[in-house]
Amino acid sequence: MNPSTAPSEPPVLEIRRLRKGFAEREVLRDISFQVPTGSIVSILGRSGTGKSVLLKCVVGLLEADSGEMFYRGAPLAKSECRIALRRASSYVFQHNALFDSATVRENVLLPLQARGTGSPKEWDKNVRDVLARLELEDAAERYPAELSGGMQKRLAVARALVTQPELVFFDEPTAGLDPLRRNAVFAMISKLQRERGFTAVVVTHDVQEALVVSSRILWLDAGLVRFDGPAAEFETSDDAQICEFRDNIAALRTALRS
Amino acid sequence: MFVDQIGKFTLSRLEAAGRWTLFSGASLLHVRSGGALGSRLARSVFELGVRCIPVIAIVSAFAGLVLGLQGHYVLSRFGASGMLGTLVSLSLCRELGPVLAALMIAGQAGTALAAELGIQRSTEQIDAIELLDISPEGFLAGARLFASLLVFPSLTALFVIVGVAGGWLSGCVLLPQDPDAYWAAVHSALRGRDVFECLLKAAVFGLLTTSLCAYQGFNAHRSGEAGARAVGIATVRGIVLSSIAILAADYLITAALL
Ligand SMILES: Nc1ncnc2c1ncn2[C@@H]1O[C@H](COP(=O)(O)OP(=O)(O)O)[C@@H](O)[C@H]1O
Ligand SMILES: [Mg+2]
Repeated sequence: MNPSTAPSEPPVLEIRRLRKGFAEREVLRDISFQVPTGSIVSILGRSGTGKSVLLKCVVGLLEADSGEMFYRGAPLAKSECRIALRRASSYVFQHNALFDSATVRENVLLPLQARGTGSPKEWDKNVRDVLARLELEDAAERYPAELSGGMQKRLAVARALVTQPELVFFDEPTAGLDPLRRNAVFAMISKLQRERGFTAVVVTHDVQEALVVSSRILWLDAGLVRFDGPAAEFETSDDAQICEFRDNIAALRTALRS
Repeated sequence: MFVDQIGKFTLSRLEAAGRWTLFSGASLLHVRSGGALGSRLARSVFELGVRCIPVIAIVSAFAGLVLGLQGHYVLSRFGASGMLGTLVSLSLCRELGPVLAALMIAGQAGTALAAELGIQRSTEQIDAIELLDISPEGFLAGARLFASLLVFPSLTALFVIVGVAGGWLSGCVLLPQDPDAYWAAVHSALRGRDVFECLLKAAVFGLLTTSLCAYQGFNAHRSGEAGARAVGIATVRGIVLSSIAILAADYLITAALL
């Protein structure tokens, strides 16, 4: 059963008229969108448009200037609701934010320890499973600084998935990965969505991969949502900027010819 | 205009003081948050305490040697050289021991703490902890605050003992003071309330130093700088504010107890 088909259920996330600026300039001007339960929503846009800022506002690491946000229909302005969101979700930081004084294994163990449910034996098993899934089992006793960039990224993903969250925010989960591993990460996100009905909000620059796995695409530009719709529509959109971003190979050929 | 500036400055200092108080309270209150309290306590005792033993031993030995030397010459002028043990033990126990030990620990462990938390802030590790629904204050600073209540008094006691021995070395071995009179004076001079004052000061200095350094690192992003520079500023502010706080609290406690 696909939960997103239940009409009465509110979306996992609903953002209404979100605005966020910093001292010098406005970054998010008017952002509204919904994330239906069990969907994969990819947020695309050029660097510096505020995709990371948007995710941080949603989870409460940054405070929005105005606007409303709802988690399963309940306003995130309430602290119980914010805590419920934090318990149910996890977050992959753009720059990983790994605990650098802890080993790979300890990094993945901490979310389980923090949650406190289950026994240490189960935690160990979960940690081993998720490390194996992300090809990190041989590095379990190493420190993040001793890993390659790609391995650090995979560790960040492992840490986010170990608690089996129902909602995951991925901020560029594939940046710096080679094409095969990039595919593997997208495949894993898609598999988790099919198997467990989990919901993912993915900020990414890998347009082709995002189009394959996403249920919805959001295109952010100049602090506004310029496109919000199914992947198929994004693929056929003729908005000049979207075309340039989407068909970057064609754009490169054009640039070289001219 | 000028008055305006003073007003703004005062308000911002008051705000920071309020934040520091809240930070310290949250650290102590949520110390269990994130689990593994035992190992965090043990690690804190090691980092704050065990690592500082060598520097405390060296500094206290020289402090005692100088006190013995100065005491010998000053007291001989008044024909009161039998009081050397009294002078050395009382000044070490009531003043120099707590103050110098706290300053040394602040210099060694406080700066390390501020830098560590500052880096954790600038690499978003603190945000990651917060999103795990762990209290970052309690998890990162709580155990250290409790450890300081054990470590500062212990190291201060060590400081006083080694210092008194140093006074004996310079007064009775290198200079012609009577060792029996020295030790008898030490015994009769130190009362329960002197020891109480010594340990009370040490505990208060410990809480002040640790919470100020942790607070500065934790809030490195508020310093107006970013990244490595923010960590540098946090470290400097941590040690400067700790030193001021130690001397100010020393005066207040002394005045209150006399
Ligand atoms: N903490 C901050 N303080 C000031 N400006 C910020 C902060 N975080 C992000 N910004 C600004 O917001 C804009 C959007 O940043 P970001 O969300 O990281 O972009 P991206 O879409 O590449 O993730 C950038 O111009 C950045 O300079
Ligand atoms: Mg970003």
